[in-house]
Amino acid sequence: MASAQDNSPIALRAENLCRHYRMGETLVRAVDGVSLQVREGEFVALLGASGSGKSSLLNLIAGLDRPTSGAITVQDRDLAKLSRAELAKYRLHTVGMVFQSFNLIPAMTLLENVELPMRFAEIDRRRRDDLARAALKQVGLESRAAHRPTELSGGEQQRAALARALINRPELLLADEPTGNLDSYTGTEIMNRIRDLNESLNMTVIMVTHERGLAERYARRMIFLADGKLGRDPLADAARPTQAAPGERA
Amino acid sequence: MKLYDVTELAVRNLKESVLRNSLTTIGISVGVASLVAMLSLGIGLQQLANRRLAKSGLFDTVIVTSRRDFRSFSREQDENGPSAAESPALDESARQQMERLPNVVEAYPDIRFITELRLDEKSHLTMVTGLPPSARNNDAFEGMQGGFFSSETAPEVILQKTFAEELLGRKAKFADDDKVSVAELAKPLLDRQLIMRYAERTATPATSSKGSEPETSGAAYSVVSHDQALKIVGISDLDPDSMRGQARGRAFVPLQLAQQLHVMQSSDLRDTTNLIGGKPTYGSVQVRIKSPAQVQDVEDAVKKMGFNTFSIVDATRSLRRFFAVLDLFLGIFGSLALAVASIGIINTLVMAILERRREIGIMKAIGASDADVRGLFFAEAGAMGIFGGALGVALGWTIGRVINFGTNVYLKKQHFPPEQIWFVPWWLILSAVAFSIVVSLLSGLYPAGRAARLDPVQALRYE
Repeated sequence: MASAQDNSPIALRAENLCRHYRMGETLVRAVDGVSLQVREGEFVALLGASGSGKSSLLNLIAGLDRPTSGAITVQDRDLAKLSRAELAKYRLHTVGMVFQSFNLIPAMTLLENVELPMRFAEIDRRRRDDLARAALKQVGLESRAAHRPTELSGGEQQRAALARALINRPELLLADEPTGNLDSYTGTEIMNRIRDLNESLNMTVIMVTHERGLAERYARRMIFLADGKLGRDPLADAARPTQAAPGERA
Repeated sequence: MKLYDVTELAVRNLKESVLRNSLTTIGISVGVASLVAMLSLGIGLQQLANRRLAKSGLFDTVIVTSRRDFRSFSREQDENGPSAAESPALDESARQQMERLPNVVEAYPDIRFITELRLDEKSHLTMVTGLPPSARNNDAFEGMQGGFFSSETAPEVILQKTFAEELLGRKAKFADDDKVSVAELAKPLLDRQLIMRYAERTATPATSSKGSEPETSGAAYSVVSHDQALKIVGISDLDPDSMRGQARGRAFVPLQLAQQLHVMQSSDLRDTTNLIGGKPTYGSVQVRIKSPAQVQDVEDAVKKMGFNTFSIVDATRSLRRFFAVLDLFLGIFGSLALAVASIGIINTLVMAILERRREIGIMKAIGASDADVRGLFFAEAGAMGIFGGALGVALGWTIGRVINFGTNVYLKKQHFPPEQIWFVPWWLILSAVAFSIVVSLLSGLYPAGRAARLDPVQALRYE
């Protein structure tokens, strides 16, 4: 199936990416020789069972972790070669992250939470306030700006987290089980928003999930991981043979 | 992150664990307070000593004696300078010469004699000393009852407290709690008349072969006993003549009056046999100098004239050294509390890192750099330092005031005038706050570095 992204520039490329670490005597191969590319404007779902290495891969893409070997290139920059400060800048400007557990700072109000990345980006105070309020308005939380996360429902928290992830206009949105802590109705609402962003802003989205249904519904491509390696779609082999590269299903 | 944002976030983080952070801040403030209290006490004591000594006239006075009467003040003076026989006489012209030296305020002869004072037909022996008008400013007269001499030749007397006690038939008491106030002594004595019996030296024609100019010759004289009525005008609490040790006076008359009376001086006996002949000489001359800094120069100039000198400049030097050491020790003791407080800061911040591990992970995930996180923890330490420092200065200031108040209550009970034994200069306030901030920042170094190095993946997993 040819899509509009087929000709788009490559947003992300991983080559033989490995993330190994020791746990006692055992060597854990969380990510083990993964090679893949994601084009700009793609919506990719990383699927796999628990412990398959999908979150570890997402952390490498997010610049939160460094690969043991291999290369991961985003916008022609090899993340493995960036300094700690450069990686922080990458996380600040290029990547927006949404987590399963929302990860809002409980001591701060929603407005402050959304403003926080702009503080790190040294954006002028007044502009920051305007932008944060506008972002909250976009996710329908304008009236909750002064509330703390604990005073909000899960869906509201995730919407606020989404507003925060997008506040510095990243090119890459990374979502780690974004609906994992939400009921199905709220989950759908969040996913619709993410899809809107992907379609209206041509934002590249990489989502980690173990819910195949969710991935099929929203993602345009699914990448399967097992034991840190790319794997085949367990259902696809039987149902319909695919032309996609190993580990992928278009 | 901009400084403003760092500060704002730091303060709001501190507010989140208000109890713990307040306790840590109080810890710092106790440390700073002890430092401020100790040092302000040290400084206050030093100032008190300096003030007292400056007012006592000890530091701006040089005592000059003739080498002729072998009253040198050190072996060095014995060995250097002209021999006794060749040295000049300490007479009026020498005195005038000294008075003309640069920076000299006055040079006046020291007139003191042991004589009999009578009150109510009861006689008392004591040392009487002539006081120049400038002595009015001597701090020994601070707590005086009555007043200073009405004129330079007034037949008036100021009594030292112990002598006043003796006049009233009270035994000198040494127990502190049994002291009589000067006011009590003054009541029955002020404005009463004392009769001073003294030996007047009158020149008589010389019996030598040369024998001419009998009025200028001091080589031969007769001694006649006289009475002089003196009105008691003041009772002094302290000892205006303390520098003189055992020879210190206990009754004081105007210097000019004492000179006019031509009272026989102990040094006069020597004049009967001196070879210079003629003019009367002084036992010693006191030279007052504008400021203690010029004492050495004047002393050197007087020595060059061939006299022996004594000043207490060397004593001030060692006194200054003593206070430097005292301040150092007080500072060290004060700093100990601050050192303990700094451990409190480290503990609080390390605890905060543990508690806020996940928060640090979140901040890093959304783009905070190591420097941002480090800066934040650093700012929290610094903020605790500023608050603790300011509070500590206020607390130290209060402690100082309380100590001062307590001391003055005690002094009052002992019938002493109040004293300022505590002083907080501006530089102490500023440096105490600065010191507190520096100590806090140093304490924050380790926790801030640890927070900055935190692995965001690990931190985000932390529940």
